[in-house]
Amino acid sequence: MTTATDIEKKKPLAGLADSGAYQKLLAFASLIALLIGFSVVSPNFMQTSNMIAILQATSVNGVLAVAATLVIITGGIDLSVGTLMTFCAVIAGVVLTYLGMPLLLGVTAAIAAGALCGLCSGTFVAKMKIPPFIATLGMMLILKGLSLVISGTRPIYFNDTPGFDQISRGSLIGEVFPALPIPNGVLILFLVAMAASYILGRTVLGRYTFALGSNEEAVRLSGVNTDIWKMRIYALAGGICGIGGILIASRLNSAQPALGLGYELEAIAAVVIGGTSLSGGRGTILGTLIGALIMAVLTNGLRVLSVAQEWQTVVTGAIIILAVYADMARRKKAG
Amino acid sequence: MSKLVDMTGIEKYFPGVHALKAVQFDLVPGEVHALMGENGAGKSTLMKILSGIYQRDGGTLKIEGQEVSPTTPREAQNLGIGIIHQELSLMNDLTVAQNIFIGREPRKRFGRLDEAALNAQTAEIFTSMNLNLDPKTLAGSLTIAKQQMVEIAKALSHRSKVLVMDEPTAALNDAEIAELFVIIRRLKSEGVGIVYISHKMDELKQIADRVTVMRDGEYVGTVNAADSPVSKIIAMMVGREVKEEPLQVPDLGAAEVALQVSGLTRNKEIHDVSFSVQKGEILGFAGLMGAGRTEVARAIFGADPKDSGNIRVHGKTVSIRSPKDAVKAGIGYLSEDRKHFGLATGMNVRDNIALASMDLFASKGGVLSDGEMASTAQQYIQQLGIRTPSDRQEVRLLSGGNQQKVVIAKWLLRDCDILIFDEPTRGIDVGAKSEIYKLLEDLAEQGKTIIVISSELPEIMRLSHRIAVMCEGRLTGILPGGKDTTQEDIMHLATQRAAAMQVTGTV
Repeated sequence: MTTATDIEKKKPLAGLADSGAYQKLLAFASLIALLIGFSVVSPNFMQTSNMIAILQATSVNGVLAVAATLVIITGGIDLSVGTLMTFCAVIAGVVLTYLGMPLLLGVTAAIAAGALCGLCSGTFVAKMKIPPFIATLGMMLILKGLSLVISGTRPIYFNDTPGFDQISRGSLIGEVFPALPIPNGVLILFLVAMAASYILGRTVLGRYTFALGSNEEAVRLSGVNTDIWKMRIYALAGGICGIGGILIASRLNSAQPALGLGYELEAIAAVVIGGTSLSGGRGTILGTLIGALIMAVLTNGLRVLSVAQEWQTVVTGAIIILAVYADMARRKKAG
Repeated sequence: MSKLVDMTGIEKYFPGVHALKAVQFDLVPGEVHALMGENGAGKSTLMKILSGIYQRDGGTLKIEGQEVSPTTPREAQNLGIGIIHQELSLMNDLTVAQNIFIGREPRKRFGRLDEAALNAQTAEIFTSMNLNLDPKTLAGSLTIAKQQMVEIAKALSHRSKVLVMDEPTAALNDAEIAELFVIIRRLKSEGVGIVYISHKMDELKQIADRVTVMRDGEYVGTVNAADSPVSKIIAMMVGREVKEEPLQVPDLGAAEVALQVSGLTRNKEIHDVSFSVQKGEILGFAGLMGAGRTEVARAIFGADPKDSGNIRVHGKTVSIRSPKDAVKAGIGYLSEDRKHFGLATGMNVRDNIALASMDLFASKGGVLSDGEMASTAQQYIQQLGIRTPSDRQEVRLLSGGNQQKVVIAKWLLRDCDILIFDEPTRGIDVGAKSEIYKLLEDLAEQGKTIIVISSELPEIMRLSHRIAVMCEGRLTGILPGGKDTTQEDIMHLATQRAAAMQVTGTV
C-alpha cells in the first residue's frame, strides 16, 4: 500500500516533468556523461583544439536545428532546411562571385532568399493546406534541383571576396582572448539561438508558435489569422537556414550545390534529442542546442576513438531512438 | 444472490493526489447500478481499476467471489468485464465486424483472415441484440448512437458478465436513448450486471436499480433508485443543497438590437434562419441533436462559410468570412468542445486568456509584456472566480467549469459584447453549473448579448429570456422564456418537420 510519504516523494519528480525541464536535464546530463566518458578513454579528446572542432562542427547543424525547432513547435516539420541551406549558399555565390557584389549584399541576398523560400513552404502549408511533410519534401527537391541548375552543377568559389571565409572561420573572440579562439561560426550560432529563444519566449510570433502547435483550431476560432502567422514562422525558419547557408559556404569557402541532402535529418534529430515534441506545442531552443552538441560530440568522440564512419552512423541512430524513448517513458510516468 | 463484483476499501494514489479513499462498490447479476458524482469524484478511476487499466493501491476486488487483480484490460475482459468508454474507441476505417473482433479475428490456415466467419459471428451478436446492422458497414459512417451499439456488441462478444458504461447517452438524442435502454433491459434480463455512469438525473429514474454516489474520491452512499428523490441524490453528490432560483425575465423594452441575422443558409444544414437578439438578452437555442444549432453559430461566427444570409451587428451590416471578422465585429463563440476549439490546453491560463488579444500586450515590434498579461489574467481569475493555483497553470489541469471560465475571460478581454455559448455546461459538474449560469446572467445584466445553445431543456428554460427552437436546419419558432413555456412546447417545435412547418411567435 502506498502511504502519504510516498506521495510526498513523488511530488518533486512530477513537478519537474510538468515543467518539461526533466528532458532538458536528461539531455544535458547525457552530454556531460559523453564528454567525461570520451575524455577518460582518449586523452586527446579534451584538448582545446578538439573542443573547438566540436563547436565548429555544431555551428551549421545547430543553426538549421534552430530553424527546424520553430517549425516543429507549430506542429509541422521542415524537410527542406538542408537543401535550402545549400540553395542560399549558391545564391550568395551568384551574388558575390558571378555578379561581384559587395560582401554585405551577398549575405543579405542569401538570408532573403531563405526567408522567401520559407514563405513559399509556409504558403503551401497554411494557404493550400498541404501537409507540412509533403510541402517541405517537395520544397526540398525543388531547392536541390534549383541549386544544381543555377550553379551549373559546379561549386562556386569565393576567392574573389576577401573576408568571406572569415565569417565562419575567423575568430573575433580569439582576437580579444587569444586563449579562446572560438570561431565566429559558433558565435553566430549562439546569437541566432539567443534571438530565436527571445522570439519564442517574448514575442507574439513566439506565443502563436506554441499556440498553433498546441491547438490550431482554437487559435483560429479566437479570431487570429493563423495562416499569416504560420507563414511568418516558416519564413523566419527559412531566413535562419539562409544564415546556415552563409556559414557552410564560408567554412568551405565555396558553395557546393550537391551538398545539403541529409542535413535536414540531422537537424531534426538534434531537435528531437533536445526534447522538442514532434506533435507540436512544446520545445526549447536550449534543448535543441544541447541536442546538436550531443550529436557533434558523439561524432567527434567516435572519430577520436577511431571508430569506423559506418559505425558512427549506427550509434547516432541508436542515440536518437534512446533519447525519444526516454522522453516517452517520462511522459507515461507523468500520466 | 451472489455478487458479480465486490470492491471494498479501494485506494488509489496519483502523484500528489489521493484519488480514491476506501471506496466500496458492488454489483449483482441483472441489475443496473448507477455510479454518480461530480467530475473528479473518482468514478472513472474506480471503473478503470475494475477494468484493469489502473491497478489499485489498496483494498480488495472480488469477481464472483474470487479475489482478482487484473493488470491489463485484456485480463479484465477474460474475467468478464467489458467497458464502454465515454470517448468511443472504434477504428473508423474498419468495418463494424472488424472492429468487434479486433485482435482475435477468426483465422484460416497460414494466418489468413476468415472474413466470412467474422461477419457471420458479428451478425449473430447483432441478432441477439435485436440490432439491424450490416457487419460490413464502415464504423466511421455510423451515427454516434449506432457506434455505441457496436461498442456494446464488442463487449458482449467477450461474453461479458459486467458491462461498464461511461456516460453512454452524452451524445444521443431521445429516440436513440430509448433504443439504448431497450438493449440495456434485455441484457439485464439475461443476468448481465451493468455499471452506469451518467450525469443525467432523469435517466436514473428510468433505468437504474441502485445508485452509488461518490464525492472527492470518497464513497458517500448507496440508495435505491426507485425511492430516492433526485434532490436527495444531488445533495449527496455536491454535499449541499443546490438552490435554483426561478427565472426572472427582465423587461428589455426598447433596448437596442445587438445582433440581427436574416436568411442565413448553408448547404443542407441551415435553411433560411432569421432572428434577432437585444442588448442584455439571453436567447436560448433548443433542438435535438443535428438540428443545426451549432452550425448556425459557426456560420454566424465565420468558422464555416455560409451560402447566403445577412448579419447586422448594432444595426450595421457586417461581412463575416472568417472568425477574425466576427471577432472584429465583437462576436465571440464558445464551442461545446472546449478542448478542441476553445483552449490551447497545453498552454497556461495567462496565455489562453490573452489568446485573442495578443496585440493588447505587444509593442510595435511584436514583443510581449508578460507582466501586463499576468496582471490582466489575475484580474479575470478574480472577477470570474477561476479556481487555479496561479495564472501559469496549464489549462488542461483545470476542471471543466474553470476551463469554461478561462474561455469566457478570453472573450471578455477581447471586448466581445455578443457571446455565443454552445453547450456551456457540457462536461461540467452540478455545482459548477449554477456558477456558470450565474455568470451568464451577470453578463447579460451588464449589457452583453448572450446566445445559449443547449441540448438540455432544463438548462434552456433556466436561462433563456426567449427560446429559439430548431428542427432539421430550420428555425421552427421562437417562444417566450419563463414559466409560460413548457418543455412540451419546446419539444413540439423541435420535432416539427419541414412539411408541417409553421412559425409560431415572432421576432
